[in-house]
Amino acid sequence: MIDLVWLIPALPLFGFCVLLLVGKRIGEPLSGYFATAMTGGSFLFALGVFADLVSRNGEKRSVTKVLFDWISVGQLDVKASALVDPLSITMVLFVTGIGTLIHLYAVGYMHGDPRFSQFFTYLNLFIFSMLMLVLGDNFVLMFLGWEGVGACSYLLISFWFEKDSAATAGKKAFVTNRVGDFGLMIGMFLLFNATGALTYNGVFAVAGNGGITRNTATAAALMLFVGACGKSAQLPLYVWLPDAMEGPTPVSALIHAATMVTAGVYLMMRVAPVLEVADPVVFTVIAWVGGLTALFAATIAVAQDDIKRILAYSTISQLGYMFLAIGMHANAAAAFHMITHAFFKALMFLGAGSVIHGMHHEQNVKLMGNIRKWMPITFATYLLGWLAIAGIPPFSGFWSKDEILLSAYEGSVGGAKVLWVVGLLTALLTAYYMSRQVFLVFFGKERFLHSTTGGIVPIHGDSHDGNHAPVTPHESPWQMVLPLVVLAGLSLTGGVMNLPFSKSLERLARWLEPSVGSHEFASTGSTKVVLALIAVACGIVGIGLAYRLWLGRPLEANASLEPPLLQRAYGVDSLYSSVIEKPGRKLADLVADVFDGKLIEGVVNGSGSIVKLVGGNVRKLQSGFVRNYALMIAAGTVALLAYALLRAAA
Amino acid sequence: MGEWIVLVLGAAFALLGGLGVILLRHPVHAALMLVQSLFGVAMLFVAQQAHFLAAVQVIVYAGAVVVLFLFVIMLIGVDRAEDIRVEPLKGQRPLALFVAALGLVELIAIVAMQNDFGGVLPKTFEGTNVEQVSAMVFSDYLYAFEITSILLVVAVVGAVVLARRAPRHIDQTVDQQIDGAP
Amino acid sequence: MHLVAVANPNPKAYLFVAMALFVLGAVGLLSRRNVIVMFMCVELMLNAANLTFVTFARMMGDIRGQAIVFFTMVVAAAEVVVGLGIIVSIYRRRKAVTAEEASLLKG
Repeated sequence: MIDLVWLIPALPLFGFCVLLLVGKRIGEPLSGYFATAMTGGSFLFALGVFADLVSRNGEKRSVTKVLFDWISVGQLDVKASALVDPLSITMVLFVTGIGTLIHLYAVGYMHGDPRFSQFFTYLNLFIFSMLMLVLGDNFVLMFLGWEGVGACSYLLISFWFEKDSAATAGKKAFVTNRVGDFGLMIGMFLLFNATGALTYNGVFAVAGNGGITRNTATAAALMLFVGACGKSAQLPLYVWLPDAMEGPTPVSALIHAATMVTAGVYLMMRVAPVLEVADPVVFTVIAWVGGLTALFAATIAVAQDDIKRILAYSTISQLGYMFLAIGMHANAAAAFHMITHAFFKALMFLGAGSVIHGMHHEQNVKLMGNIRKWMPITFATYLLGWLAIAGIPPFSGFWSKDEILLSAYEGSVGGAKVLWVVGLLTALLTAYYMSRQVFLVFFGKERFLHSTTGGIVPIHGDSHDGNHAPVTPHESPWQMVLPLVVLAGLSLTGGVMNLPFSKSLERLARWLEPSVGSHEFASTGSTKVVLALIAVACGIVGIGLAYRLWLGRPLEANASLEPPLLQRAYGVDSLYSSVIEKPGRKLADLVADVFDGKLIEGVVNGSGSIVKLVGGNVRKLQSGFVRNYALMIAAGTVALLAYALLRAAA
Repeated sequence: MGEWIVLVLGAAFALLGGLGVILLRHPVHAALMLVQSLFGVAMLFVAQQAHFLAAVQVIVYAGAVVVLFLFVIMLIGVDRAEDIRVEPLKGQRPLALFVAALGLVELIAIVAMQNDFGGVLPKTFEGTNVEQVSAMVFSDYLYAFEITSILLVVAVVGAVVLARRAPRHIDQTVDQQIDGAP
Repeated sequence: MHLVAVANPNPKAYLFVAMALFVLGAVGLLSRRNVIVMFMCVELMLNAANLTFVTFARMMGDIRGQAIVFFTMVVAAAEVVVGLGIIVSIYRRRKAVTAEEASLLKG
């Protein structure tokens, strides 16, 4: 079955090609179901490969399947081949699994869009790129997938490009990613320079033998981390993710919650052997960047009003947790949180999309309220996601977040305990702002029907038939509800993957060990329980706070809790604009006016002038007088004679 | 000894005649000096045992070609003595002199340097120079000889065509003339 | 009078004469404005060439040099005929006979 691993990326690629050619003719909804089927087929094959891999043992759980020779130039030999090992197949499983659910969801969500089939074309291309990213057995294929998902992200974020904000957001995402990619490429170059190989196995073998100097490994690791920061939206390259919410909600769910943003986490886990030979400061950097990002994003999320932006900052924050775990050498914990986060974040994004759809594209939480009455299924599923992210047992989020906090508490990285506190604080804030969102959207007074009470503006979203009368929300169609239910189930039960009670229950950690290494938790059982209780307490405090503030009081009373500084996300965008964009623009103007306008134009025009000048003077030879011509003939003859003379004399 | 005398005399005639051609203002005077020069060349031919060519030179060149020149001079330009002092084209004269001088020096140098001009085995014919030349022309170069006759015909025809007066313009076609139309 | 016996002149002397004649013809061709005189200078140059041929014929003992001169004279005659014809027809149109008039090819 492993031999068929190439089918996994091939199916979405095939879907992309077919939809590219005849998608418009197939139309809605067939193109959507076709794309879903392709991704679903991928998932089934992934299951088969997974089963096959499980049946093997130990060393044999890392299989390389070569498809064809790709680049073969001198020392450089890059093949198109897939590496099937626990880490890659795990990624493949949840990418294709969640991907299929989101495809199905999108069939319902994008109903009526004039470019329906184009959306699915891009989605399939994205799945293909992501699969290439995780399945490739060498850095080049991974990079190809990396760029591919970046490109698809751009295409999908600016899908409704008629809106200026969407087009700009797409550009922003792409450019910010590029900054990260620069780091990734430098890292790749350093590794290739040091090892002469680009396959994972090749590079790691050299690393294991001590073939990479500590400095090179450190530099490479840090550069790769820069790439990861770009793709996974960590400080300071996170600015694209909130704006990326301009894209349709299925995009936000798939790309910016579950899959693309996890590429950075995957990368850092994959190159663990290189990190091991690097200076430990690398881990410190990763852990601190992750931890600070988590806290930073959480503080911004408490003041956001857009339902999707809250989730976007939440994603950034949770990704910070994952990097924090990696920094503490707890790769399995990071992977665990990655998977559970994929479940509940995708669930919540889809739920938010369901709400937006039902509210006829209203996105401001302050203009919602009591939606649970109108959209019960959405409400029920969203509840499960909320509890998971708040870290309430027995939901999946609790187990994974707790493991990360434990690794921080035990960590030997500089300032680990501080990071543990940072993690707890973030957990509290997470519970707070998610509860705030839930209470504002699903509970409380219905603010969308009343007209101008207490400063709330009545709903002005567009209804399906174009008139602007106040509309009532409605539950979403089955294509959208079914994925919600499935994901809710996973958010509820996902924790069983890696329960910390005994070795045998830590299935995920043991499964991933060949790929990402192992991490022993030193604390005793009782310490673990105490720490867990502290974490849960933070969660409950956060929920309680939100309950008091947002369900018990009118909205305006909380204005001081949402200072403009946080609403504007600390003004980071304006900072980047004035520090980077304006000088960059000045430089571009300089190049355009001086360098291009004067220098290049000068050369071009100058050569024209020179030609004119020379031509004008040479023209004088054509005097029209025969005797002048005769003279020139004579002179030429004399010159020839001189040449012959010189030849003869030599 | 004899050859020296003929050489010097012939060279004097030829070169002085040449000088006269290029320096004298009146075309007729120049033509007469040309005759002198041609005659000098004929003398040099004789000195080199090329009797036939000397005779042909005098008959054809000095006799026919120069006479032709004189005809044309009389016909069209006899009272126009060229103002030899004026040169409307700037730099032409000095440059011409310079180029010519340079050329002369080069030619002299080329010839002076060479000592072995090579040579093929002569095809000897019996008899006087006339017999020798005619034997060559009528055997190896017979084809060329015949072509030259054609060439002469062509030249004559060309001259006739060139010198023809322009045909009168007929304002009316024949039919128009009959009808008496304007 | 008994003439002193001196060696015959070096045939190269004839070559020098021919060269001088050729250069004279060239100078005249480039300096004179009257087309007929220019033509006469061309004739001078032709004669210089003929002289060179005859000299070489003698130096190499090959009679073919003289045969060439024969043909050269024929061609020169034909050329004079046609050239003068052209000059006459130009004169008919322009009533002038200097070389500067024909400058329509001025660039």
